[in-house]
Amino acid sequence: MEMNQYLEVFIEESKDHLQNCNTQMLELEKNPGDIAIVNEIFRSAHTLKGMSATMGYEDLASLTHNMENVLDDIRNGKLSVTTAVMDALFSAVDDLEDMTASIASGGDGKKDVSRSLSLLEAIQKGEPAPKAAAENNSSIQYDEFERTVIEQSLEQGYIAYELTVKLKDDCLLKAARVYMVFEVLEKIGEVIKSNPTVDQLEEENFDQHFCVTLASKEEKDFIEKSVLKVSEVESAEAAEVNLEAVEEKPKAAQEAAVTNEAAVVEESAKETQKQAVSNKTIRVNIDRLDVLMNLFEELVIDRGRLEQISKELNHGELNETVERMSRISGDLQSIILTMRMVPVETVFNRFPRMVRQLARDLDKQISLEISGQDTELDRTVIDEIGDPLVHLLRNALDHGIESPAARREKGKPEEGTIQLRAYHSGNHVFIEIEDDGAGISKEKVLSKALSRGIVTEEQAKTLTDSQVYELIMASGFSTAETISDISGRGVGLDVVKTTIESLGGSITIHSTEGQGSIFSVQLPLTLSIISVMLVEVEEEKFAIPLSSIIETAIVKDEEILHAHNQRVIDFRGKVVPLVFLNETFDVKKENTEDIHSVIIVRKGEKLAGLVVDSFIGQQEVVLKSLGDYLGNVFAISGATILGDGQVALIVDCNALIQ
Amino acid sequence: MSNQDHDLKVIVFQLVNKEYAVPVQNVQSIEKVMHITRVPGVPSYVRGVVNLRGVVTPIIDLRKRFSLEDGTEDEHTRIIIVNIGDIEVGFIVDSANDVLDLSSDSIEPQPNVVGSIEADFIEGVAKNDRRLLILLQLDKVLENAA
Repeated sequence: MEMNQYLEVFIEESKDHLQNCNTQMLELEKNPGDIAIVNEIFRSAHTLKGMSATMGYEDLASLTHNMENVLDDIRNGKLSVTTAVMDALFSAVDDLEDMTASIASGGDGKKDVSRSLSLLEAIQKGEPAPKAAAENNSSIQYDEFERTVIEQSLEQGYIAYELTVKLKDDCLLKAARVYMVFEVLEKIGEVIKSNPTVDQLEEENFDQHFCVTLASKEEKDFIEKSVLKVSEVESAEAAEVNLEAVEEKPKAAQEAAVTNEAAVVEESAKETQKQAVSNKTIRVNIDRLDVLMNLFEELVIDRGRLEQISKELNHGELNETVERMSRISGDLQSIILTMRMVPVETVFNRFPRMVRQLARDLDKQISLEISGQDTELDRTVIDEIGDPLVHLLRNALDHGIESPAARREKGKPEEGTIQLRAYHSGNHVFIEIEDDGAGISKEKVLSKALSRGIVTEEQAKTLTDSQVYELIMASGFSTAETISDISGRGVGLDVVKTTIESLGGSITIHSTEGQGSIFSVQLPLTLSIISVMLVEVEEEKFAIPLSSIIETAIVKDEEILHAHNQRVIDFRGKVVPLVFLNETFDVKKENTEDIHSVIIVRKGEKLAGLVVDSFIGQQEVVLKSLGDYLGNVFAISGATILGDGQVALIVDCNALIQ
Repeated sequence: MSNQDHDLKVIVFQLVNKEYAVPVQNVQSIEKVMHITRVPGVPSYVRGVVNLRGVVTPIIDLRKRFSLEDGTEDEHTRIIIVNIGDIEVGFIVDSANDVLDLSSDSIEPQPNVVGSIEADFIEGVAKNDRRLLILLQLDKVLENAA
């Protein structure tokens, strides 16, 4: 029970470490010789192992333990980085991710990891020759102190032996035999080190054999014989310590030995170095930020009232204080808003892995270039944008980039490039996915759209290029000739489009056939604060997002025309249908005027005129949901709280334009 | 939860001369009537939404929900804010002024012959002195909203 309070921290940190493993492993694949990267992965895996063991997740711990073994072999030069090794490591990290996810969703974090385990074990045993040699050289690792002792004893004419003692399988009192062996050894020389440690040996924490480093003047045979005299000892083999071999990898030894002081110092030095680079941060639950935001909004509402009162009283000192307060709360507002901003890195992070895997599955060569990953977006946008981007990337991989053979024919490099960019522009963030693949074939898209009945012949003739490209995002459209796992189920791009639009963003496509395509996603910086036009319909106030408003107009009764049972107006040469908000929202209308206030709104290329009673003005408002209970209400995307504390509904223009 | 076996603390409110009760742990607060913003296109018993300390909260008119006669709001009218699971809503009631401890043996299951729509929302009936309290089944009241 008392572990519960740590669970959240455990999950968060595990995710971080796994992410780190992922990034570093991709890095390692590019620079297989870089031991620093291996160390970095090792450190993450090691921390993870420690944490999961503490939390009681045995499966996690054992898998990370095996990962560690492989990594350890890599950095000790016993294993070289091959694709097989990387695949095994990636598969292990995948399993670890699954388990962490299971724990996060309240599961027990158990999973059948035998496949990954056997992969890792196979790799460890895969190169027995160099490993065995390494074992002979040093099954015991020495720290500086121990090495000095060995050196000194060598200088004084002693010989340092490494003695491997094996007890009989049916040995009952292992600790006692160990004690006897040590007693014998101490008579003939000096024990410098034992592996496992003496403590562990006394607790019988070892299999059947253990290693002792001994400095002695006696002959090798004599030592072996003396030890063999102890009953229940099956074998004893002594070998001279080859200090040079030991010295070959003092560095590795330093880092491997947890009890090693030098290593500790080194680690902490590295740690401080790391801290100096990254900023200090703390984790804050998003709920708390929401509460802070809510409280702040309350403050803003009261500030509005206070400003009103001070204006009425016209008291000098009061005015000054209220103005000061307004300024400070304005600063506060921007700080609170930026606190909710998260770099898109958190979403982009998982893409390199995904692209690597997909490229292998598809048998294509693809390099993913990411830029602008530090561009910040509101947390709520970040949470939603992941899946659409995955879809777009998969699309680019599957349909965009051609097979290496096809690329060679076209005189392109075999390796395709996908660029993933994020950048700020005005009040928006753009995320672009550009590939240098086949591009979109207009003819193919059009013929497909015609056969699917998405457009008619007449419409097809009038479509612009970008309109044609947009057809691939219409529902029921899929251009892949063969349906694959990765994309081409015809549900992808239209879902992407609706998700992005529901976030208040838009997506546009540019493409040159034979050269590639760019999918450009435009997103609002934040979802929580938007600019709206407040309008009145009778007594009721509604907010219309400025992002969809083109302009406002005053229309007289006689200017309203009728076409196909619909009232329309002629607006700058275009026929624009009118939507009477009082009818859509069942507002009781009492007086009818012959002059109407109209707001022209846009959805893509389509326009509509929203008829209201009067305009109140433009305002920045905080977007709030109507809550789970009401769910989706037609043509209402949310609510906001006005300066007077009342709730105004935000109109969803997209739903009003058909 | 063992408390429920012995005592149930409830908030008592009135609706057209009858007294109803909801468990106190479901009640978050009792508010005076404030400005309600109508929401178009929702069931008629949803009056709209209010600003409850910065949270937009839907308001249900219990008279309409139980298909009772319409009443007028006066100074006794209250909004009871209740929490069920993740959902937070307000109930408009004629008045709310009592907190009672009910012993479990005073609660009886709902009589079979009640014959009004509100019967669907009743969990049981409790006798307290001479008062008859109708215990509401809150999740039923909130069912099929949108």
